[in-house]
Amino acid sequence: MSIASRRRFQLGLLLGPVSAFLAVFFLGPLAIMVVTSFLAPGLYGGVEWTFYPHNFGRILGFADPMFEEFDPIYIAIFLRSIEIAALTVLATLLVCYPAAFCIARLSERWKNFCLFLITLPFFTSLIVRLFVWVLILRQTGLVNEALLSTGLIERPLDLIYTKGAIILGMTYVFIPFMFMPVYASVEKLDWTLVRASLDLGAGPVRTFWRIILPLTAPGIAGGAVIVFIPALGNFVVPAVLGGAKVMMFGNLIEQQFLAARNWPFGAALAMMVMSVMLVLMIAHVVLSGRRSAAAALAR
Amino acid sequence: MQNSIVRLVEASKAFTTPEGGSVIALDRIDLDVRRNEFLTLLGPSGCGKTTLLQAISGFVELDQGSILIDGEDMTDRPPYRRPVNTVFQNYALFPHMTVGENVAYSLEVAGVAKPARSEKVASALKMVGLEGMEGRKPRQLSGGQQQRVALARAIIARPKLLLLDEPLSALDKNLRQAMQIELKTLQNELGISFIFVTHDQQEALTMSDRVAVLSGGRIQQLDTPRAIYDHPVNTFVATFIGASNLFEGRLDGDRLMTADGMAIRHRPCERQISTQATALIRPEQFFLAEDNAPFPTIDVDLDQIVFVGSTFELFGRTAEGRKVVAEVPANRRSLVGTVERTRKARLAYDPSAVHLIGESAGA
Repeated sequence: MSIASRRRFQLGLLLGPVSAFLAVFFLGPLAIMVVTSFLAPGLYGGVEWTFYPHNFGRILGFADPMFEEFDPIYIAIFLRSIEIAALTVLATLLVCYPAAFCIARLSERWKNFCLFLITLPFFTSLIVRLFVWVLILRQTGLVNEALLSTGLIERPLDLIYTKGAIILGMTYVFIPFMFMPVYASVEKLDWTLVRASLDLGAGPVRTFWRIILPLTAPGIAGGAVIVFIPALGNFVVPAVLGGAKVMMFGNLIEQQFLAARNWPFGAALAMMVMSVMLVLMIAHVVLSGRRSAAAALAR
Repeated sequence: MQNSIVRLVEASKAFTTPEGGSVIALDRIDLDVRRNEFLTLLGPSGCGKTTLLQAISGFVELDQGSILIDGEDMTDRPPYRRPVNTVFQNYALFPHMTVGENVAYSLEVAGVAKPARSEKVASALKMVGLEGMEGRKPRQLSGGQQQRVALARAIIARPKLLLLDEPLSALDKNLRQAMQIELKTLQNELGISFIFVTHDQQEALTMSDRVAVLSGGRIQQLDTPRAIYDHPVNTFVATFIGASNLFEGRLDGDRLMTADGMAIRHRPCERQISTQATALIRPEQFFLAEDNAPFPTIDVDLDQIVFVGSTFELFGRTAEGRKVVAEVPANRRSLVGTVERTRKARLAYDPSAVHLIGESAGA
């Protein structure tokens, strides 16, 4: 065996288990979902094996004239989900970006301590942490009680079961996801470049826009993708903090599969989310790939 | 006053160490930099030279004292409002911008229109020998080329003063020497003052109009390279610049008597007899004595004879056990041959070339 082919063999051996696992437990189910999304729903749940494009039609505007009507509610929920996910990205970024600069300047010991604190929430159950937010936000919760007792308000505010509550909860959940990539690029930032910019006459604001932001952009882009994708499909946070009032796409999918027993329609909804994610992922990979390819070429 | 472009008055700065101690980086420094001057700040690491440079560029805030640039008080001005530009040690080129954008940066910030900008960029790049490189990215350039881009970027806005923070330390020896000459030429062409920081004494001597030798946050000596080499004011300067043989002792007429009984002749001076002083003899001031030469001599046993091309370096030891270094021209091979055989040398020197450093003489 030549060295090259032996190396290829070794590589195959190392990647074998993970490839097999993903093929069976990811690609397989994915294929089933794709197929299901194009099948007709059975009368009592399950599927009928006929080609039926109207699952997507129900969402996008060409519903099966026999049984269903096109309802723009699905597009509205979809757009709302994108909006909430985007606002979550923005909110996590606003929290994490300044914090990353502070932590990057600490001594090694404090740095590690802060990073530990940021990953700490992973050690407790997500559901438990979200129910704490219920206790804080509900009508008789911490915030309302405090405001009432100071006399700032006379009746409790509607804090929970709003879009704001979902964004707050999502921001809380996804902060570590945003923080890590942002921090990685902020920590790598070469401060002599900032000095050079100031030295050449650019004030702090211009130095931020022209030097600091472009140089930390890869971290921001990475964080945005990592937060946006799970935020878009998230159904735990809206289920707990959005209640029945504010629904996201994830809840809709869950409802179709578990409550309405319309698997093909649920699968079609899931495909919609997946296609948005796929487009985002490809864009991210292509863009950052082009960057590193340019860097590699230059070397 | 108008002859000085930068004036520092009693500039002081102390840093707190992580352990809670305090390190004095600048100790009441007074300095006048003249117009159109190439001034080098020379000293070992930690002597305060970089702090001094950063105090001028505005990145270090003084604890006390003031800085005037071209007669204007700059003490409390941020770096981006000072008419000073810096060439950084690692070049600090913006990696996300092209060479042209890097060089144009200060003009862009100042609001210069695009056509005028690209014209100036072209001429600045031409000045450093990088015509037509506008479109490249910094990482596509060699170290020497990046150095030149950094230089072009710093001079394009015609600052009143250019600061260079060990800009040549990352280059290999040949390139460094070529750049030394180029920098000097560039400074003459531009007609602006350069303040150059280095720990390399050879570099300092080669390029500078004046050299400030720093140690312990103080300027030990500020003078022309030749004066600093020939007439160092104290033993720190004498040993930091060039190799040196120092003989410490007591003055007695035209000799200096060391404690271990050596007598070093020197040119007559008005110093009082019995004053403590140190005599400096540079290695190249020694020569191999032929018999009955009319010069004072020092006999040494040789430990090492090193051929360095144009000269031989002789490392020897006197009868008293004192180490002596001499540098003799390599074209006197026959004499060196004898010396090599016998491992003994009689080193002669001219008393008028011996420099006396007074005990109390300081900065």
